[in-house]
Amino acid sequence: MKVYLDNNATTMVDPEVKAAMDPYFCEIYGNPNSLHDFGTASHPALRRAMDQMYEAIGARDEDDIVVTSCATESNNWVLKGIYYDLIQNGEKDHIITTEVEHPSVTAVCRWLEEQGVRVTYLPVNGDGIVEAHTVRDFITDKTALVSVMWANNETGAVFPIEAISEVCKEKGVLLHTDGVQAVGKIPVDVIRAGVDFMSFSAHKFHGPKGVGGLYIRNGHPLTSLLHGGEHMGGRRSGTLNVPGIVGMGKAMELANYYLKFEEEHVRRLRDKLEDAILEIPDTYSVGPRENRTPNTVLVSVRGVEGEAMLWDLNRAGIAASTGSACASEDLEANPIMVAVGADNELAHTAVRLSLSRFTTEEEIDYTIEQFKKAVERLRAISSTYAYMPENMKEQQGSACKA
Amino acid sequence: MAKNDLIGGSIWEEYSQKVQDLMNNPKNQGELTEEDAKRLGGELIVADFGAESCGDAVRLYWIVDPKTDKILDAKFKSFGCGTAIASSDTMVELCKGKTVDEAVKITNIDVEKAMRDEPDTPAVPPQKMHCSVMAYDVIKKAASLYKGVDMESFEDEIIVCECARVSLSTIKEVIKLNDLKTVEEITDYTKAGAFCKSCIKPGGHEEREYYLVDILAETRREMEEEKLKEAAQKQESGEEVPFKEMTMVQKIKAIDKAIDESVRQYLVMDGGNMEVLDVKENGPYTDVYIRYLGACSGCASSTTGTLYAIESTLKQKLDPNIRVLPI
Repeated sequence: MKVYLDNNATTMVDPEVKAAMDPYFCEIYGNPNSLHDFGTASHPALRRAMDQMYEAIGARDEDDIVVTSCATESNNWVLKGIYYDLIQNGEKDHIITTEVEHPSVTAVCRWLEEQGVRVTYLPVNGDGIVEAHTVRDFITDKTALVSVMWANNETGAVFPIEAISEVCKEKGVLLHTDGVQAVGKIPVDVIRAGVDFMSFSAHKFHGPKGVGGLYIRNGHPLTSLLHGGEHMGGRRSGTLNVPGIVGMGKAMELANYYLKFEEEHVRRLRDKLEDAILEIPDTYSVGPRENRTPNTVLVSVRGVEGEAMLWDLNRAGIAASTGSACASEDLEANPIMVAVGADNELAHTAVRLSLSRFTTEEEIDYTIEQFKKAVERLRAISSTYAYMPENMKEQQGSACKA
Repeated sequence: MAKNDLIGGSIWEEYSQKVQDLMNNPKNQGELTEEDAKRLGGELIVADFGAESCGDAVRLYWIVDPKTDKILDAKFKSFGCGTAIASSDTMVELCKGKTVDEAVKITNIDVEKAMRDEPDTPAVPPQKMHCSVMAYDVIKKAASLYKGVDMESFEDEIIVCECARVSLSTIKEVIKLNDLKTVEEITDYTKAGAFCKSCIKPGGHEEREYYLVDILAETRREMEEEKLKEAAQKQESGEEVPFKEMTMVQKIKAIDKAIDESVRQYLVMDGGNMEVLDVKENGPYTDVYIRYLGACSGCASSTTGTLYAIESTLKQKLDPNIRVLPI
């Protein structure tokens, strides 16, 4: 059996999305910026796709949703745009973000630090989130932007974006949120949330890879990242990726349609999987369930290194992921693992399982069975688990507390 | 960066078949007990190295014949990734039947080579080389327990890069001999820092005692000091020092001397003069910044004939790569 439980990394394209995209490869292939019929033939589909996107996240007509190539580009654009618009001229000098953002935020922030920008990286609490009052404590009159993710990719922890936006409004600071892990998993309403910018990416909600977007409240001016054309109202140059845009629109519409299903069915399967794993002695899950995206669970299995666990699951046909340093190309430990861990061990024993609306009950039952087998085999090999002193063994099934 | 580096995520694809087989079915995994030791007529040694919080921990069991120091049986337990398990298993296999002194000579490089399918194809990708280092360390720990000595006594030199087993003395020697200026050059010459990268600078996979960036800075400083001493000695002995090898102070003095001897008198005769404002190294060139005084200042010839005369004098007397720049 093949089971894909790495949906926070990417998702399968929904066949309905693929069907919507199909005509725009070989039949309606004109450049939408051309004057002739070949070009304009794609306009109705593009307009429909934009409607679907605006509808899905509750954007108003006066707002902009600029299609980009991915959320990495969207995140880069916001941070570098704010730098050029508000910081380079000396008006402001400070950006606030968190320690657990995606590298497309933290790496840009580190680069901005090299340009002389002051960046505050807020730590997360034991539940894996940053609270609004913490953000408030660090805002100064020199703060240009707050950039806080809506939901975390590793833990699924949902950040209090609405409360953070209240603080930002009160202090007159712009707020950007990386919504990649939220869109399609939980209700996202940009107006109610009060964000100024939000990044998202189609491949995280069963759309195609290579297309993402940036929501910009009231068309807020932001220096462009890509120059060289009048595409996207002059905000983002580059020939429009027609099949991608059509696919992303359709995928967002479907994701919204399935939100209730996600909340009920996917959550139930995730809880079933999590409960079964927590029945194994000395296993832990990270962050309270009620404040997590419904598809995600990050578990730590004492005595079993994350990459070894991934290897065994993969042999059983199950795809999962780990924040373990040993499995990454650069061997750097993932900060979230340490931030929310009961001890350093979590940085090496964490396994992330992320479901989707296509995950079936049979797949979860099979995963539970194989997960237990893998833990048994690897704990038998483990040099640390068998002779661990009793007082080091925590109560089974408890959630980690920092 | 090159074509093969542009698509990531291939770590598992780079494991040899031997590594994969050992990850799936380690042959020497398990425990040895006092009963096993009695049965074989040997001494039981149990050595632990590493810690779970570091991501790697291994426990090595040996039964050693006290008469011959031969390892009669060996087993391991390992908390670590698949490559750590495979490396530990291979290390145990290599230990069996050897004397303790022979076993201590087994390095992580031997372990990695033993896991290769093809002699010239590495068994694991570079960043996973560190997983086999633990196997080498635990042997030393077991041997130290058996012999009742300190682990360090098995190391006759300081190892900076554990993955490639490159010593401090080798790195310093290579920097000096080849005038290396970057960490990348050190890696090209010695392979140090090519694997898990922990030894390059602080903040890597594990904390190290020595880092390449510090060794490079320290060695370059030593080289500079040696150069200064040599220049001073030459000057003291009255030996002719080529302009290129002079220190900056010596260069400034030499430039001033050449100007005083061969240039200044001609300028003074015409009611002018000049002074050297600064001397800067600029790649292969030595740039001499000057200011004209008196009648020379504003004279039409000061940027043509006079300038040419000053520059060609310095080129001829000191070094052809001198450039004179009036401010």
